[in-house]
Amino acid sequence: MSQSFRRISAIFQRYVLLHRRSLIRAFDICFWPVMDLLIWGFVTMYLQQLAGGSAAQVIVFLIGALISWDIHYRGQQAVTISLMEEIWTRNIVNMLIAPIRLWEWIAASFLYATLKVGLVTLILCVLAKTLYAFEIVRVGWTFVPLAASLLLFGWAIGLLTAGLLLKFGYAAEALIWGIPFLLQPFSCVFYPVESLPHWAQRMARCLPSTYAFEALRASLRGGTVEWSVWGWIVGLNVSYFALGLGCLIWCFQDARAAGRLSRLGQE
Amino acid sequence: MGFMSTRPLEIAQLVFRYPNAGAPAVDRLEMTVEPGEIVGLLGPNGAGKTTTLQAVLGLLQPASGTVRVFGHSPLSDRTHVLPRINFASVDVDLPSNLAARECLRIVAGLYGVRDAARQIDALIAQFELGSLQRHLVGSLSAGEHMRLKLCKALLTSPELLILDEPTLNLDPYMAQKVRELLKSIQRQRGMSILHTSHNMQEVETFCDRIVFLHHGKKLAEGTPRDILARFQSHSLDELFIRVAVSGELFQVR
Ligand SMILES: Nc1ncnc2c1ncn2[C@@H]1O[C@H](COP(=O)(O)OP(=O)(O)OP(=O)(O)O)[C@@H](O)[C@H]1O
Ligand SMILES: [Mg+2]
Repeated sequence: MSQSFRRISAIFQRYVLLHRRSLIRAFDICFWPVMDLLIWGFVTMYLQQLAGGSAAQVIVFLIGALISWDIHYRGQQAVTISLMEEIWTRNIVNMLIAPIRLWEWIAASFLYATLKVGLVTLILCVLAKTLYAFEIVRVGWTFVPLAASLLLFGWAIGLLTAGLLLKFGYAAEALIWGIPFLLQPFSCVFYPVESLPHWAQRMARCLPSTYAFEALRASLRGGTVEWSVWGWIVGLNVSYFALGLGCLIWCFQDARAAGRLSRLGQE
Repeated sequence: MGFMSTRPLEIAQLVFRYPNAGAPAVDRLEMTVEPGEIVGLLGPNGAGKTTTLQAVLGLLQPASGTVRVFGHSPLSDRTHVLPRINFASVDVDLPSNLAARECLRIVAGLYGVRDAARQIDALIAQFELGSLQRHLVGSLSAGEHMRLKLCKALLTSPELLILDEPTLNLDPYMAQKVRELLKSIQRQRGMSILHTSHNMQEVETFCDRIVFLHHGKKLAEGTPRDILARFQSHSLDELFIRVAVSGELFQVR
């Protein structure tokens, strides 16, 4: 176990050092989320002015949703980017022949993702409070398991897209960056699930993120989250996690059978 | 057990075919590396040398045949194989955005190297990288980078060292120095080496035994002296060109 810990911390260090070396990269972590927050925050402030007092809650829902979606999205990206980093720098073979286990690499990249996500969320919360007087604590303690479930879903999708990267190389880049945007409309980030057409509702109910955002809105309204909702969140997250992991392992074995592992990113 | 499991490398009837490729890249290859032995894998471009090394590292799933490293499969028994081997190649880089020394420190962490700082210092001194250790890997010259890769591969004290054209980018002084270093480390530790090279003078002096590949098949095997005598050739260079032209190693006699 202590050996696993040592290996995990070596891989983790390798990813963190990248940011110490490069200011641009460190800046990149927060740039897009902050821009999103600025745009959507000002849009909702404007809408609120137009609608008068009746839309007072809108900004709360929007900003809460925005910050939470970012947890999922950045979680996914961090996991896939840590694999991409190895391919970009042609270091992947060194990692593959090092005596590390798959779960150790996964643990390190999750740790890295958590650090990144935690930092961004903190910055967004501070900004949202200063600019829009939005306080994340309004969600209450429920925010912690909700954020965790969105992060877990991000990891699961991150493993899946990492698998696609092994299978299709850079040709899969469009999918890697695009999948979160494919999921977003069906995750009911900014609107209740009932507002969707029937067919879309059915898709939405297959995503753990949908239940998380419904729960988030309920909490912001001051309501409580039913146990059955938590059940769906946990069950679906576990299923997607298994799917993502299965996809990664299958794609790895496929790449190994085709002799593609040492040439990733060079096709 | 016994002899079988202590042999650093044993390849039997290895076949590997890339998808969409007509002929196999490695075709029913049989070869071994004995403890403490330096084996050179020779052959024209595309002969299947790099492919063979990848199979040894567990980066390929062979179509058929077996690879055993210290008696274990590099595919199904990674935890027994990987800590005992290491690899350096012209084609595989260290992360360009880390400092040279940082790379080695991380490798030490991955392999659990004891007394890492002292070992890193010693290797950096041996490979004359002292003034460059805080430089980014991406800013090193090709030869400096190659020396760093060799430090990386030696840092983990492998029992079997696998090298793919390790001296390709080195100037004659450095190439000579690296060969001497490898030899002395190999003698001290009883390490085995499997390497590829297109430098025939190097191969003649450096290798205990050579395996000659062509189109994935083994054409000849033996000590450099044996092979030269058997095929009545003055030099490996001449022999090599003969193979490349005619595709076979006919006995002149
Ligand atoms: N990913 C791949 N897909 C298809 N064919 C490949 C792939 N990699 C290698 N090959 C082919 O397999 C054969 C063996 O290649 P390999 O890299 O093992 O040769 P090599 O002996 O190392 O040559 P060199 O001296 O040029 O390094 C070559 O004909 C090559 O074109
Ligand atoms: Mg090669």
